[in-house]
Amino acid sequence: MNLIREIIANYNYLITIFLMVAGLYIVVAKSNMIKTLLGLGVFQTSVYLLYLSPGKILGGTPPILDESFAVYSNPLPHVLILTAIVVGVATLALGLALVVRINEAYGTIEEDEIMDHVDRDDQA
Amino acid sequence: MSTAPLHLQDHLPALQVVLPLLGAVVAAIVRKGPLAWLVALAVSWSMPFIAFALLYEVMTNGTISYAIGGWAPPAGIEYRIDQVNAFLLVLVSIMAALVMTYAPRSVANEIEPERQGWYYAMFLLCLTGLLGMAITGDAFNVFVFMEVSSLSMYVLIALGRDRRALVAAYQYLVIGTIGATFYVIGVGLLFTMTGTLNLVDIADKLQAVENARPVIAALAFIGVGIGLKLALFPLHLWLPNAYAYAPSTATAFIASTATKVAVYLLLRFVFSVYGVDIAFGDTPAATMVLVLAVLAMVAPSLVAIFQSNVKRMLAYSSVAQMGYIMLGIAMVSQTGLTGGISHLFNHAIIKGCLFLSVGCMVYSTGITRIEQMAGIGRTMPLTMGAFVLAGLGLIGVPGTAGFVSKWFLIMAAVEQGLWLLVAVIVFSSILAVIYVGRIIEIAWFREPVNAAVSPRNPPVEMLAVTWVLALATVYFGFDTRITADIAGQAAELLLAGYR
Repeated sequence: MNLIREIIANYNYLITIFLMVAGLYIVVAKSNMIKTLLGLGVFQTSVYLLYLSPGKILGGTPPILDESFAVYSNPLPHVLILTAIVVGVATLALGLALVVRINEAYGTIEEDEIMDHVDRDDQA
Repeated sequence: MSTAPLHLQDHLPALQVVLPLLGAVVAAIVRKGPLAWLVALAVSWSMPFIAFALLYEVMTNGTISYAIGGWAPPAGIEYRIDQVNAFLLVLVSIMAALVMTYAPRSVANEIEPERQGWYYAMFLLCLTGLLGMAITGDAFNVFVFMEVSSLSMYVLIALGRDRRALVAAYQYLVIGTIGATFYVIGVGLLFTMTGTLNLVDIADKLQAVENARPVIAALAFIGVGIGLKLALFPLHLWLPNAYAYAPSTATAFIASTATKVAVYLLLRFVFSVYGVDIAFGDTPAATMVLVLAVLAMVAPSLVAIFQSNVKRMLAYSSVAQMGYIMLGIAMVSQTGLTGGISHLFNHAIIKGCLFLSVGCMVYSTGITRIEQMAGIGRTMPLTMGAFVLAGLGLIGVPGTAGFVSKWFLIMAAVEQGLWLLVAVIVFSSILAVIYVGRIIEIAWFREPVNAAVSPRNPPVEMLAVTWVLALATVYFGFDTRITADIAGQAAELLLAGYR
């Protein structure tokens, strides 16, 4: 019973951890470069949740100085994650741009096939 | 907002980061390679002056705390400069200035004309990120600057001539992003536990929660994240190809600064924020890092011996040298840290010189494979002369900078009675003798063939910068006041922590 209560109480963290591990697994397991980047995106997104969920207090309001509000949610995590989202978008954009160039240079975006080319380049 | 008169010298900490950031925008707007280079040159040469002014200020008046935008810390972002990062700012900005002086003809030779402007813009952006990581006292600000430097670094690497540069940049992007995300997870856990992002404030508030599990988990996340960035063995897999296929100037700059800034961050978190007691008290962190450092000193050195590409050989040697720096840190003593920090500085000079002399060779002959370097010492004596001097520094021959820092490391090991470590340091140096000696043998004691027979003369500015660093390798082998003394002060400060 306790265990179930704990799971329900911390479900936001469980989702965070699931997304984190799933994202990292995709990065490691997939050979397709675009799928790898998507995994990276999921991994980064999990961090957004990690920051945002402790910042929210049930019944809390935005931090407005007024007598009728007593409980505030911390706005800082939202600002931080806004920055992190921008960073994530930039990373994904650059990664995709590199994949386009790799596709032009090698004619494939499968990492294992490209590594064969790279090995051949190394021996040439 | 205050209306006090604006004194430029009060705002040096901000200028250190803002100038290269604006310079990057200007370089991107002018687009033309030579013009963009002039912008980059002017900006990079202003950096050492600011860094030296900050170092002087810190040495005379103690730690500088600068509130960005006038918002007082801990709520606002604080730039906090003490002996440790002032020293690092000087290192990074001098390397940037020297590499920029060296750059124009090497870049013109290796990068297509329409991309040169972008190259300089990315270079300045990378400089912004590295200086920002070093100067800031805010954990999340570190992440932002880390990504600024990393993203521009991926582009710098991808601009290499070889199509393998694209794959190297992609792989670095994936691994680098995992590293940065690990770091930001760690910071998130710390933020949840302490409610603040200011490093000094975190250190203060950690006392109340020091045994909580998220705090230790945060240390692990931050440690692994930064470990990926600084290429701590076995997290170094991105490094050899990135260094091997990036343009020569980018390799020289990245190799001598990027991993060093990552080491600084690790020092800052482990010693200043967590403090020796939490970081090394109940966790096996010191032993783990010690084992990894020892492996790093031996395994990549062995791999370096069998490389066929000279830049890749030097890259594996860099991983080995990071092992020395981490060894100094893992011994957690005044002498060990002094050795680690002075090796950080010395290795930056030595590796910078080696990569720049290889850059001269690439400019003159296009050679990067070691067997094609036969006899190149006879036809390019100045270039390969600098290579030999810096190579001796890499080995740690007495009278070079490398010897000084290795001496401190050996002393630290002896202090703690770790005789096995002394043996490992000597063994790793012998491996360095083999991989550097192999190049010297091929370059100087064989008959020149093919491209090595009649190289075009490398430009005078490229040779001059290479020799400045080669002579610095010798100079800092005799004059240890600057490196060892400041490194000693930095070590003292780190061991004391923020509390």
